[in-house]
Amino acid sequence: MTELTRLTIAEARGKLSKKEITATELTDAYIAAIDDANGALNAYVAVTPDKARAMAKASDERIAKGEAGALEGIPLGIKDLYATEGVHTQACSHVLDGFKPRYESTVTANLWADGAVMLGKLNMDEFAMGSSNETSFYGPVKNPWRAEGGNKDLVPGGSSGGSAAAVSAHLCAGATASDTGGSIRQPAAFTGTVGIKPTYGRCSRWGMVAFASSLDQAGPIARDVRDAAILLKSMASVDDKDTTSVDRPVPDYETSVGQSVKGMKIGIPAEYRMDGMPEEIEKLWQQGIAWLKDAGAEIVDISLPHTKYALPAYYIVAPAEASSNLARYDGVRYGLRVPGKDIIDMYEKTRAAGFGDEVKRRVMIGTYVLSAGYYDAYYLRAQKVRTLIKRDFETVFDAGVDAILTPATPSAAFGIADQDLHADPVKMYLNDIFTVTVNMAGLPGIAVPAGLDHQGLPLGLQLIGKPFDEETLFRAGHVIEQAAGRFTPEKWW
Amino acid sequence: MSVDLATVKRVAKLARIAVTDEEAAKMEGELNTILGFVEQLDEVDVSGVEPMTSVMPMEMKKRADVVTDGGKADDITANAPESVDNFFLVPKVVE
Repeated sequence: MTELTRLTIAEARGKLSKKEITATELTDAYIAAIDDANGALNAYVAVTPDKARAMAKASDERIAKGEAGALEGIPLGIKDLYATEGVHTQACSHVLDGFKPRYESTVTANLWADGAVMLGKLNMDEFAMGSSNETSFYGPVKNPWRAEGGNKDLVPGGSSGGSAAAVSAHLCAGATASDTGGSIRQPAAFTGTVGIKPTYGRCSRWGMVAFASSLDQAGPIARDVRDAAILLKSMASVDDKDTTSVDRPVPDYETSVGQSVKGMKIGIPAEYRMDGMPEEIEKLWQQGIAWLKDAGAEIVDISLPHTKYALPAYYIVAPAEASSNLARYDGVRYGLRVPGKDIIDMYEKTRAAGFGDEVKRRVMIGTYVLSAGYYDAYYLRAQKVRTLIKRDFETVFDAGVDAILTPATPSAAFGIADQDLHADPVKMYLNDIFTVTVNMAGLPGIAVPAGLDHQGLPLGLQLIGKPFDEETLFRAGHVIEQAAGRFTPEKWW
Repeated sequence: MSVDLATVKRVAKLARIAVTDEEAAKMEGELNTILGFVEQLDEVDVSGVEPMTSVMPMEMKKRADVVTDGGKADDITANAPESVDNFFLVPKVVE
């Protein structure tokens, strides 16, 4: 980690505008850091140094002319599910083998329009289905964090594992990610970084490889709360190309960072106190409550009675939508094709070879729950439960609660190829127990690092907000960050 | 509810995923674990509850009924495994 790659986005922005550093120097420093680290961490699946240097050169020219954008010259990593014109875009699946889109996603187009520089595409769980980044066709990402005195490789979480690892190891200044059930917040918590999933409809989904369309939402992973606010401002927009993009102006989120939480009502949901939850998670939660109270917030006990049903309902709704979305991978229009004796045989062989085990499992579950005779019992019931989950949140917000504080994950990062987790798919799914409710209700949620566990591994807290009230999350998240401090891994790679 | 081996094979056929007998047997166990987990939804009283159709209250956006895009046949077929003259090539489907 050089001096240049140590700078946050806000710090780099200051030095670039004062012409103390150039975008080209900053980009070169990141490319060198990636060259040095990626063999060990596997965070990037495609590095684009030529494109990065060309974009940095253009940024330097704009800065010289006084035409700098909000992210001018800031080098970013992009999760592999964002369509980037002419560049590797496979959602880390074999079925999209060789796919290079002829178009750019709205979110990345927004970033480039603001002057950001693309370093490359980041590793992820295949089609964002996973909580450990181990389902990627390109192999697992290693967490830059290791237990104190240990040398065991840990997962960075998932599905945005490459994004979280790259931000944590300073292989980019910030990264795009996406969150369907916790895929931004869980990896952020596992790597000591900040991740925010905004309200459903805040960022355009156009040009993002779809997993579960009613749950998918773009968001950033960053080194601190301020950087997350800066990135979200650029990523979010109103977009005619996404019918679920909400027609509301994007606020300047950065102005919320540093604002007081005095008088803010923070809800503590009883149902998030799970049986068998490690004591240190409970301790971390109590610490977070104390920090917010010290800063002048009012703490209130609340109840979200349908919490325990969010994860099972998610494992009907998300696979159902996935089975429909992934029907497009048929070996005809893009990606992999495995020849067969007729067209059906070609479809079946292509999909058998192109999808990994977890993706097949979810497509199978989704196909089953949508199949004739089972739709009402599974899908319709799950969508009704979803209404109840959302109603729980509406009730507490109507009663005056401004935000809700919970743990982000039930544990710290676990080992790569953990036997116990691989023997039972549901055990892996439980990683998202605290995050998935937020997707089911379409709400914004932020994960902020709040401390280290007994092994010296990062743990995070989650704040959940009202629809389109990301500003409150940045305010309260900043209070936690100020109290907890920042967390950077020791370089071992 | 749980699935048997024949159901797994039928669902795989519907999903257009080729599975070997060995894979189907493995999937049977895994799918039943997941279906067992989601079964707890049966405890929830959902009578009179509307199923969610849109997580954020919003009106469906409509755009003017005009041509705004097109003329991109080269782009559309650029990533096809096999194409000729802007057509996707597939195995013969009609005799």
